[in-house]
Amino acid sequence: MRSPYSAWSIFREGLRSQRGWGQAWRSPKPKSQYDVIIIGGGGHGLATAYYLAKKHGVTNVAVLEKGWLGGGNTGRNTTTIRSNYYYPESSALYDLSVTLYEDLSRELNYNVMFSQRGVLTLCHSVPDMEMGARFTNAMQLNGVDAELLDTPAVKKYAPILNFDASARYPIHGAIWQARAGTARHDAVAWGYARAADALGVDIIQQCEVSELVFEGGRCVGVETNQGTLRAPHIAAAVSGHSSLLANKAGLQLPIQSYALQAFVSEPLKPIMDTVALSPALGTYFSQSDKGGLVIGGGIDRIPSYAQRGNLPTQETVLSGLIDMAPILSRVKVLRQWAGVVDVTPDSSPIIGPTEIPGFYLNCGWGTGGFKAIPAGGYLLAHCIAQDAHHTISAPFDLTRFTTGRLIDEGAASGIPH
Amino acid sequence: MQRFPCPFCGLRDEREFHYLAEAGKTRPDTTQPIDDNTWADYLYGKTNTEGVVDEVWMHLSCREVFILRRNRSSLAVEKAIALRTEAE
Repeated sequence: MRSPYSAWSIFREGLRSQRGWGQAWRSPKPKSQYDVIIIGGGGHGLATAYYLAKKHGVTNVAVLEKGWLGGGNTGRNTTTIRSNYYYPESSALYDLSVTLYEDLSRELNYNVMFSQRGVLTLCHSVPDMEMGARFTNAMQLNGVDAELLDTPAVKKYAPILNFDASARYPIHGAIWQARAGTARHDAVAWGYARAADALGVDIIQQCEVSELVFEGGRCVGVETNQGTLRAPHIAAAVSGHSSLLANKAGLQLPIQSYALQAFVSEPLKPIMDTVALSPALGTYFSQSDKGGLVIGGGIDRIPSYAQRGNLPTQETVLSGLIDMAPILSRVKVLRQWAGVVDVTPDSSPIIGPTEIPGFYLNCGWGTGGFKAIPAGGYLLAHCIAQDAHHTISAPFDLTRFTTGRLIDEGAASGIPH
Repeated sequence: MQRFPCPFCGLRDEREFHYLAEAGKTRPDTTQPIDDNTWADYLYGKTNTEGVVDEVWMHLSCREVFILRRNRSSLAVEKAIALRTEAE
């Protein structure tokens, strides 16, 4: 059993020239038989494995990752965590996630650097403020913290924004969620991996699934570049590649994959304490602890499996940033990248079993998967271990596209896809 | 910027185009009873395949709707296929 991380261990290793740190997780050879196999070693897959072991005592679990841990969308997002959604089903889901994040560093014994610095969703007109009031009320009715701010209050939180009355999009106020914030994205994957490994979960990297194995209509295993592995429960948490994997099970999903871009600037001294989002401009940004501005926007509007973005979206997002905060017009962009996101027709995720016995899905998070990692893992683990939906995941079953009971957050919370 | 071929106007800036849908879907025969699964597949199902795919696009400038054969992994455009036929 490895020793827990603590202030004492940092001090001790400081005295020992940092030579006493052990590996954070093993790299085991895959066994031929598991109780549960999870495809995808990103945040959601690792969290599913952790909660299976921790909450349900299912420890004979493998997480298969074709590349390296958190190398997909978990390491490509803008690290924002929030639960400002409109419908009660979504509020319950995303607020479970924020609640789990609030205690995650202690739970995992790994500092995920969750900083509850708040998110401002800007309102740029009188009608925007009326819709903002409606949204704030809906959040409060769903038991989520929300406040409608006027212009002086926004200015107090984020003085670098454009408060000029002649701005193209003047700031009338904002919807404020104080419990929202940012976290270190890699640490979320690594923390779950380390904690799951300590409970006996096998994390197998460089292991790509080529086919699913079926017997009598049940999904009973996977063929990989490291041999055939078998388990009575196979779960896929592979975001942008969910359609391709589900296709191997003969399923067609209501998902379209797009590229979503993000940007980071050169490091600056602290100038932005919160996360600010302008729906009108299609841009949001925060400042990382290293000083870089972390900038995001909407998806590229072209279906894509390429992990890079196109120029028109870059222009929209970056010119939007300058409209939001003209003081940043001379800041240099350091890096740009993209991830492949899995977008559903109602911009809500798909969690739970499928019509193929033994095959489970956790996908369809689109542009908002990072904030939901603890909840996605917690709920999928419950589905697999209890063989039944958790009350919070039940509305997000794949069958909603047949029954027509969509949870259309695309329209309700103005998600731009 | 990438340039896409419009069958009517030729090569134009990608910003002039709008993606509509995957090509090849057929609307169910609405004169017959249609079960929920068939409707759901028609409304929401997507092949979402990798590699070369035929997609329905519109050139917003001239309103031409056409098939664009495009590689979703490399983003290379292979060709545009017009849906128009000569007027009779």
